[in-house]
Amino acid sequence: MVLRLLHRAMVFVLSVLAASVLVFAFMRVLPGDPARVALGINASDASVAALREQFGLDRPVVVQYLDWMRGMLTLDPGIEFISKAAIGPQIADRLQVTLILVTTSMILAVLVAVPVGIWMAVRHRHVDGVVMSAASQVGVAIPAFLAGIVLISVFAVRLRWVPSGGWAVPAQDPVGFLQRLVLPSIALAGVQAAVLARYVRSAVLDVLREDYLRTARAKGLRPVQALWRHGLRNAAVPVVTVLGLQLATLLVGAVVIERVFVIPGLGSLLLDSVAQREILTVQTVVMVLVVATLLITFLVDALYLLIDPRLRTGSR
Amino acid sequence: MSGAGDRTVLAVEGLDVGTGHTPLLRDVTFSIARGERVGLIGESGSGKSLTALAVMGLLGEGLHARGDVRLSGRTPATRNLLEVGEREMARLRGDAVTMVFQEPMTALNPTMRVGAQVTEVMRIHGTRDTAGARARAVELLDQVGLPDPAHLARSYPHELSGGQRQRVVLAIALANDPALLICDEPTTALDVTVQATVLDLVVRGVQERDAAMLFITHDLAVVATVCERVLVMYGGRIVEAGPVGEVFADPRHRYTQGLIGASDLAGERGRRQRAALPTIQGTVPPAGRFPDGCVFRSRCAHATDECATLPGWTPRREGDGPGQGSAPGEVGRAAGYACFHPAGGAA
Repeated sequence: MVLRLLHRAMVFVLSVLAASVLVFAFMRVLPGDPARVALGINASDASVAALREQFGLDRPVVVQYLDWMRGMLTLDPGIEFISKAAIGPQIADRLQVTLILVTTSMILAVLVAVPVGIWMAVRHRHVDGVVMSAASQVGVAIPAFLAGIVLISVFAVRLRWVPSGGWAVPAQDPVGFLQRLVLPSIALAGVQAAVLARYVRSAVLDVLREDYLRTARAKGLRPVQALWRHGLRNAAVPVVTVLGLQLATLLVGAVVIERVFVIPGLGSLLLDSVAQREILTVQTVVMVLVVATLLITFLVDALYLLIDPRLRTGSR
Repeated sequence: MSGAGDRTVLAVEGLDVGTGHTPLLRDVTFSIARGERVGLIGESGSGKSLTALAVMGLLGEGLHARGDVRLSGRTPATRNLLEVGEREMARLRGDAVTMVFQEPMTALNPTMRVGAQVTEVMRIHGTRDTAGARARAVELLDQVGLPDPAHLARSYPHELSGGQRQRVVLAIALANDPALLICDEPTTALDVTVQATVLDLVVRGVQERDAAMLFITHDLAVVATVCERVLVMYGGRIVEAGPVGEVFADPRHRYTQGLIGASDLAGERGRRQRAALPTIQGTVPPAGRFPDGCVFRSRCAHATDECATLPGWTPRREGDGPGQGSAPGEVGRAAGYACFHPAGGAA
């Protein structure tokens, strides 16, 4: 078990390294010179070259990469080309906002999807189960940004219950914070809940067919008790897999939703930086997303071991 | 039950099981006394497992049971189990009536320690003393011949072999000293080498508790070693019943005759017949497609027009028939057959 975890940790580190090389290389290949963007089309080649030197873009690529890596490891990836603002604290700020949004959405999605999924599985031969299943099928097809726009037009524009967007710091304005969190969270959680509910449904359906559930009934447990005590933990394995994937999707999905709701999260920072050719910021944000995604994968793997004793055996 | 006296543990009468329009079991009637071991044999699809599940109240969704099923264990059989609610039925399951399933590899919860799975069945049925239940679980694991039971109780099912898992399932089934143990092909999935041991444990466990046993199998040799009485099932009906020795030596129903002829159990007599009847011709029809009248007539070499009507139950010996005062089918079905053209005997 320890070996397996160590192995996963190794994979994690190697993946991060490989990703950093890829991300870095991509940013160098992309068209659009940061210096030229900063100076405008009419700038002379000499001044562009001077600015490139100032940005450190004239140095050998390998040196730039190592410099960037060292910066990230010390949590100080450098300063922005134009604003000269430190990238580290900025990302930390934005990451906080995105994490709040993503975590809230995920919790919301799980809270809705797990009971609904179980219900759909248990009642799969009844009208209510089939109707819910069909509804979730439709839910899967609604993109988050569309849900966001619809939510804004109904609850912010027409009903005026909540602001249409923006952000408030929770410590300073808790009510405003919650008001601004509701719609984007629901928009993000909606699709995820629909997808997750379908996975929960199929996982529970599979478990319901298992022999050990019949054994549990033969022991004297009523159907619901049998499912609760013997089924859910076994159904959790495939669901946790999807949960991990979804968390990663949510991080990326948040980029779009932050745009729709004008939320100053990591996604907004990423898009702004791309527009301004702040390649150092862009590649650092992308790396943060990559590391977060890989970290989730790693945690999911550790969770498997916790849930399923069969995976803990040394040979596997 | 009047005929079989106070020793009757399970009395099934006129049990019909089916989906909305497809009948799967018809008029299944039998009883098992305390300490009696009864085999239920027949080809796949004859309705053996369905009978067991109906008694356990574990029929799948969409299956309906009608008839009368009474179980007297520690309490007298006052209620028809087909009419009691799920809550009451759950109270009997795992306690008064327990079951060992065919597939030991999948019958246990893979994410739960073996000991906990044995303990659970005691705790469900009112054992409050956790430490006591745990000690009893280890004791039970020891009784079913598992090595180092205290250590083994802490393992997960995947760490055990098939034979070991089936012993655990047996320990669960015996934990609450059931009045009736139902075994559904408990050794079919096991290696030949461990089959005999597990069978021995099953018989010993039942004998020690003076429990009744319904033993489902298609292996006639197993029935011959384990059971005292046998029920032969075909097409959802019991077509013959009687003491194992008598039925196997002198089968009356043509289906029973075919089964025995096709098995390695057949002695000299069977071997002579084997030339003519090495297997039962044809295949078991799909559920609900059995012919009217005698269910076996579509495959029977002796079938006549008469077989289009349902053959009545003929007692194996005079005087075994439905006695005065007892309801038809009570004692009468203990030993007999339903066939117009029986084999052997005087006919």
